[in-house]
Amino acid sequence: MRLGARWGDDGPQAGYFPFYIALLVCISAAVNFIAALAGKRDPGRIFVEADKLKLVLAVLVPAAIYVAVIGWTGIYVASAVFIAFFMRWLGKYVWWKVAAVSIGTMAVFFVIFEVWFKVPLPKGPLENLLGIA
Amino acid sequence: MDEIQSLIGGFAIALSFKNVALMLVGIILGVIIGVLPGLGGANGVAILLPLTFSMAQSPGGTTSAIILLSCIYWGALFGGAITSILFNIPGEPWSVATTFDGYPLAQQGRAGSALTAAFTSSFVGALVAVIVITFLSPLVAKFALEFGPPEFFSVYLLTFCAFIGMSKEPPFKTLASMMLGFALAAVGTDPVTGALRLTFGSTHLLTGFDFLVAVIGLFGIGEILLTLEEGLAFKGAAAKIDMRVVLDTWKELPRYWLTSLRSSAVGCFMGIVPGGATPASFMSYGVARRFSPNGEKFGTGQVEGVVAPETAAHAAGTSALLPMLTLGVPGSPTAAVLLGGLLIWGLQPGPLLFVEQKDFVWGLIASMYLGNIAGLIVVLTCVPFFAAILRIPFSVIAPVIIVICAIGSYTVHNSMFDVWMMVVFGIAGYVFKKLNYPLAPLVLAIVLGDRAEASFRQAMLVSQGDMRIFFSNALVGTMTGLALALLFWPLVSWTLSRFRASASGARGSRE
Repeated sequence: MRLGARWGDDGPQAGYFPFYIALLVCISAAVNFIAALAGKRDPGRIFVEADKLKLVLAVLVPAAIYVAVIGWTGIYVASAVFIAFFMRWLGKYVWWKVAAVSIGTMAVFFVIFEVWFKVPLPKGPLENLLGIA
Repeated sequence: MDEIQSLIGGFAIALSFKNVALMLVGIILGVIIGVLPGLGGANGVAILLPLTFSMAQSPGGTTSAIILLSCIYWGALFGGAITSILFNIPGEPWSVATTFDGYPLAQQGRAGSALTAAFTSSFVGALVAVIVITFLSPLVAKFALEFGPPEFFSVYLLTFCAFIGMSKEPPFKTLASMMLGFALAAVGTDPVTGALRLTFGSTHLLTGFDFLVAVIGLFGIGEILLTLEEGLAFKGAAAKIDMRVVLDTWKELPRYWLTSLRSSAVGCFMGIVPGGATPASFMSYGVARRFSPNGEKFGTGQVEGVVAPETAAHAAGTSALLPMLTLGVPGSPTAAVLLGGLLIWGLQPGPLLFVEQKDFVWGLIASMYLGNIAGLIVVLTCVPFFAAILRIPFSVIAPVIIVICAIGSYTVHNSMFDVWMMVVFGIAGYVFKKLNYPLAPLVLAIVLGDRAEASFRQAMLVSQGDMRIFFSNALVGTMTGLALALLFWPLVSWTLSRFRASASGARGSRE
């Protein structure tokens, strides 16, 4: 309200749109809520089943950790570890395949982004050590 | 015939060695993106957009950049058909309707002819749409040069109302998702006065949310999470296309010329009015089933049932670029991403583009012709290779796609905050999909929110706060009226069906 959600002398003020947008979100949320309550219940349909949710979380949680780790080790190391983790944990691959795919993928990305298109990606201690940061 | 002359000039630009090479790279990347779960036209182009930043700075580079990106889009449109026919998994939302008849055909061992029909009709649909763009867009652009803020606002209004009126999701869900997009767009600096809004004191939010990050999260991460529920393995029919199957199918296709024509018309219309490729493909499948002589056999593996949705989807996907180029109003999420690219490269989409950037516009239009021809050849020859991609186990492909999404959202602004936002948008996208909320209105609202608001407020400044400016002349009045009609269309059709139901109920009780 500090911005002035009103109609000024020369048209709407800065807060005018956000205010009414919020209002419309609330109205449509209310309508959808009522529609969901009034609508026919399908007992077989639930939002997500427990074992499926487990699979979804099995990707989501490592992905969140992965994003947190990027800030610390740089994107290349974090991504290689992330891919390796997945292949080993969900795919049960032998170690040499895991290493080949994860390191190979990141090497390809390095060439594409840093060398061809000259787009710098976040780097960490390992790249500093190798002198390519 | 100015258009023909400009088009020939465009071909001269598009046919340089570098641009043809980029075209092929774009098509192949696009098909791969279209085949992979979690990567589609919109987020694929969004992820690869940062790659073009340095390319666009060289002279003539923007044309090469748009050729690369638009060819990725064509490739993705082609690629969606492969997965729906061979694996019964629509790689893209617009190829859902292709599975109805495509997968039964594949099960009968006619995968080759289904694929050939799909690719050829995609090509036909795209070709019709490009011809429409070639001749219609200069006219629209010339017309739009006269537009002021009220006219632009009424175009935006028409876009948003069309979404509510024409989407297949419940209108209030569309409205909720769109308003959420507007709210996200409003974060940051106010476009007219420069006041800060909804930043809650956070410095990260000063510049607002970038829709590219939203697109990558919503469509990319959200899609991966959804695919996970389906399980980790893909089972599908094998496919090989040899020349004989192609020729046999081509001999069969002219029989469906009427279906093709109808579907192209539906597609072009739905693409220009921002209905998008997905509703277009469903609509044209429905229309074809109704009007075809063997319509009742649809769903059991009819080639015609593949032709209809594919033609319409490609026509819609291609013609969605017409309003993007001429008015700066994208007709689909992918067109919105391309529009974002234009803005980042320093081009102002809209009617002036046709005056100031002739080379760019006509190079792009010429590349649409060439890109689709190249696309047809690439997909017809490389289907086994692309189908093999889907046999890569999910435990390998999923983390790689997540890594690609993370890199894509980081490179938009070189900021880690965006990568976090991608994860948040990914969870939101997953929940939205599960609850049947459409994502396209949200994305378009984020893209257009600020500009719609700015044009509304400029119009208000002109008229001193008088709303009647939106009906002040025939043009604005018609567009605003049409927008309002579309907005209330769900209400009207609901009332009508109620009325009819009660009328027939009354008649029934009387008997």
